[in-house]
Amino acid sequence: MRFADTTVSLASDDGITGGVTRFRYWFERAIHVFLFACAGISVLTTVSIVFVLLVESVRFFFDVSVFDFLTDTKWTPLLKPQHFGILPLMCGTLLVAFGSSLIAIPIGLGTAIFLSEYAPPRLRDVIKPLVEVLAGIPSVVYGYFAVVSISPLVRSTFPSAGPFNAASACVVVGIMTLPMIISLSEDALRAVPRSLREGAYALGATKFDTTAHVVVPAAMSGIVASFLLAISRAIGETMAVTLAAGATPKATLNPLESVQTMTAYIVQISQGDTPAGTVEYRTIFAVGLALFLSTMVINLVAQGILSRMREKYE
Amino acid sequence: MTGPGLLNRQRRRRIIASMFAFSCAAAATLCVVVLFLLVGKIFSEGAAWLNWDFLWNLPSRHPEKAGIKTALAGSLWLTGLTAVISLPVGIGAAVYLEEYAAVSRWKKLFQINIANLAGVPSIVYGILGLAVFVQLFTLGSSLISGALTLSLVILPIIILATQEALRGVPDSIRHASYALGATRWQTVRHQVLPAAMPGIMTGVILALSRAIGEAAPLVAVGAMAYVPFVPSGPTDQFSALPIQIFNWAARPKAEFHQIAGAAIIVLLFVLICMNVTAVAVRHFYGKRVRW
Repeated sequence: MRFADTTVSLASDDGITGGVTRFRYWFERAIHVFLFACAGISVLTTVSIVFVLLVESVRFFFDVSVFDFLTDTKWTPLLKPQHFGILPLMCGTLLVAFGSSLIAIPIGLGTAIFLSEYAPPRLRDVIKPLVEVLAGIPSVVYGYFAVVSISPLVRSTFPSAGPFNAASACVVVGIMTLPMIISLSEDALRAVPRSLREGAYALGATKFDTTAHVVVPAAMSGIVASFLLAISRAIGETMAVTLAAGATPKATLNPLESVQTMTAYIVQISQGDTPAGTVEYRTIFAVGLALFLSTMVINLVAQGILSRMREKYE
Repeated sequence: MTGPGLLNRQRRRRIIASMFAFSCAAAATLCVVVLFLLVGKIFSEGAAWLNWDFLWNLPSRHPEKAGIKTALAGSLWLTGLTAVISLPVGIGAAVYLEEYAAVSRWKKLFQINIANLAGVPSIVYGILGLAVFVQLFTLGSSLISGALTLSLVILPIIILATQEALRGVPDSIRHASYALGATRWQTVRHQVLPAAMPGIMTGVILALSRAIGEAAPLVAVGAMAYVPFVPSGPTDQFSALPIQIFNWAARPKAEFHQIAGAAIIVLLFVLICMNVTAVAVRHFYGKRVRW
């Protein structure tokens, strides 16, 4: 009811209310500016991320040539002779991202199709919250699971695997990205209008025909976007990968070997006592820039696909 | 003329269809099974180590003497500070975008920016925190650096959740308020925000539970695995539960894996409490608001 006061004071016309309305006016202005500043912080964050990464990377590239950075096949910044080739870290990251997608995409899409097309509503109401629980579990807990469960399992299946191996990182990151694929793909599948399904049934299609040849293709853009976001999440995943895959920068495609991802390298340097301002220290900004750019490009593409999909159905 | 062939084809189609349905159901079952395996493994490793001493002991090189007192205290400090920093900013930004900003190219740019920030890996925020808060602002590897960094990590989540809640408030409420002569802020403060509060609270609690579990940005700003004292102020050095878990899980000795399991049980307990609160808030307040 407080706004009633202002209504009255605005209406009446004596000297005091002039002060009140002026106060109101400036108060409203101040609130507006404050809220704008809050929104501005999000833009400022992006700008500072780009600025910090660029400035420190440029300083890094004064000492190490961009050519070496991109083409050298060894990454040994902490050992003599120093090598600063990002390929081994890139290779580790891509190996984990690719391996985790091999696990997460079929299982995630299958679950999404089951939830959206096959599951009775009651079962769906049970499975969906459980999948959301998977999404709420912190990354470090998955890392722990990789160390105590998945890695021993991988080693008993493939005796040549070491205690740290890319395969267990792939499995655990696959599990972590499942909820993202499931919930986004399911949203996309459920957004397909009922009329399309009924049209297919009217033409004599079975449930399988309808699902595989009508609903999934119609939802394809959303499904692809969910895959892309899951891959970007896998690239940026840090603690679980550090615990599971180890810290051996190596340009290998063998999932049984220990590898180091870009994120795991940043953790390694952060934990050590590398003094600020040295070349070794600046490597994390160069690696961070590569990480930021690769996830951002994938995210932008995925966002673009999603917004086009929304326009299509709304 | 192609009687048997047609029959065969139909049978094959039926087999493929049922195999497809079966695989989808199997995938869904697998997700649930993995969740139970995960939780089961954590409890079988950690439950035996969980007792009062474990909560109140300082960290130690000896697993049987080690506890999570300082890590737990650090996590509580971080969550409190992060909430104080990120709540006003996040809700303010969402209110600006939903209630103040005109639909324009700028607003779209803000929106794309926030969606992208939500996808930036948390370790990148850690690097930003290291360069800006730890070094540029010379806050050092302190609680406040950690909390500022975590605030940036969860800001996009709070903004997106709050926007969603604000969008759920029907325009008729706003129009009625304006019609009674309320200013824009009075409308937001007394009508829109209270109506959107359940949704906002749910989003905020979920964002904070994300912050409690984050380890990567804290590692980058220099959280320590071994802190032998409980922090007494925002400028103290700190540890946190996820950091402690990471440290123990990275050691080869089985006993450390077991106490890591016990620490995870504590962490999951905190997360479950927060999620139950979020569900309860949505449930109880959601019933009161009717339009």
